[in-house]
Amino acid sequence: MNKPVLRVLDVWKSYGELEVLKGISFDVEEREVKVIFGPSGSGKSTLLRCINLLDPPDKGLIYLRGENLTVPGVDLNMMRTRIGMVFQQFNLFSHLKAIDNVSIALQRVKGFTKEEARKKAYDALERVKMSNWADHYPAQLSGGQQQRVGIARALAMEPDVVLFDEPTSALDPELIGEVLQVMLDIAKSGTTMIVVTHEMGFARAVASEMIFIDDGVISERGTPDHFFKSPESERVKNFLHKLDILYGGYEKLLKE
Amino acid sequence: MSELPDLPSIFFYILVTGLPTTLILTVLALGFGFLLGMVLAIMRVYGERELAWIGSAYEKLMRGIPVLVLIFIFAYGIPEIFWYLDSLYRQVASIILALSLRSAAYQSQIFRGAILSVNPGQMLAARAIGMKQIQAFRHIVLPQAIRLAVPAWTNEYSVVIKDTSFAYSFGVIELTKAAYRVSVNFPILWAPTMLIAAILYFLVTYPVTRIFGKKQNKRLKELGIGGK
Repeated sequence: MNKPVLRVLDVWKSYGELEVLKGISFDVEEREVKVIFGPSGSGKSTLLRCINLLDPPDKGLIYLRGENLTVPGVDLNMMRTRIGMVFQQFNLFSHLKAIDNVSIALQRVKGFTKEEARKKAYDALERVKMSNWADHYPAQLSGGQQQRVGIARALAMEPDVVLFDEPTSALDPELIGEVLQVMLDIAKSGTTMIVVTHEMGFARAVASEMIFIDDGVISERGTPDHFFKSPESERVKNFLHKLDILYGGYEKLLKE
Repeated sequence: MSELPDLPSIFFYILVTGLPTTLILTVLALGFGFLLGMVLAIMRVYGERELAWIGSAYEKLMRGIPVLVLIFIFAYGIPEIFWYLDSLYRQVASIILALSLRSAAYQSQIFRGAILSVNPGQMLAARAIGMKQIQAFRHIVLPQAIRLAVPAWTNEYSVVIKDTSFAYSFGVIELTKAAYRVSVNFPILWAPTMLIAAILYFLVTYPVTRIFGKKQNKRLKELGIGGK
């Protein structure tokens, strides 16, 4: 039997008095695209940082291909090379050109020679259609281009799963499309992904499962069909309705 | 008494006999100060509470002591620390030590500020991609912090180069001592000689700070790291 790529088991996290995650569990299978959404402050970004242990959970277990990451003695740096992360604010290394942003970890962490690392980095930039911009610094790129380099940086490590933390919410509207297109391409090519996003078009197109997180718990989960046709709770209906209005359904607002 | 020298020959005399020593003292003091200052800055930013406290206490202590007093402490107070050198070099070493220790305090503050102004997202992204903290510091944070530090660092250069003039009272023939010698031999030329010394100090200070500071600010702007 195949083990899931990632298993999140009863994860709890609080900051002081504030309980952010209250027992989150789910599995991510090979080639799956998991979309996580929900109101802001519900713990979505915290959950991603718990998964790669940048912010270790207080309680709960994380398994990556059957290996428990939440026990002492695990080489977390090695594990993180297998969990890609794409940030809301891109976080490209400002002093490095696009190509070096992608190649530096291949060289310094994975131990490839400079030439091998650059070759792999260039291939990754091709996948996100940024190879023509390889010699540009982040500040010379648009937000959408920066985010595509950010995706290439994660993909180049050939991770088991890539985490996306609201990858398009810091972008101008006209730049969102190019990033979503790249994400659709890599989803279709079989990359295992966990995507925190409010881009419901993307979810509808490629999500294998959607998870609605509210107040630190999974309050509803299902296929895109389930959510867009017959969501159960009022809370989800309400939330999707608001997103719908935000993304162009103004007529509904006028009728009300 | 010999014939009075003309001003250009005084200029070249000071330039040739004094300036090289001044520059060597400056480079060594800045260099050692850089190493110790960087260690102190890292202790303060990443260290446990005790280490951070030591770094901070060192800086505050050194800022409160005149550099001449420091030189006296090492040159006359505890000359044994350089027991293996001849007496002149012992004093040169003491001067360099004093200038380095003092400069380290100021440089630690410069680098601490620079490390803290690197966007925390940079460290986060480096850790997320599998770098150890030390790798992330070495390859991602440090290169940006050094760039951010250059404008303030050139200011430290301008301070240290002028403080090397304290060496004149310890028999080291640096720029000030060379000018002092001319002046003592030709007291009538005291004012123009010291003016020449002042001009020489200015010439090796201002253009350097200006060129580096300005160029670096422009570069930082292009890279979008600080310097707005």
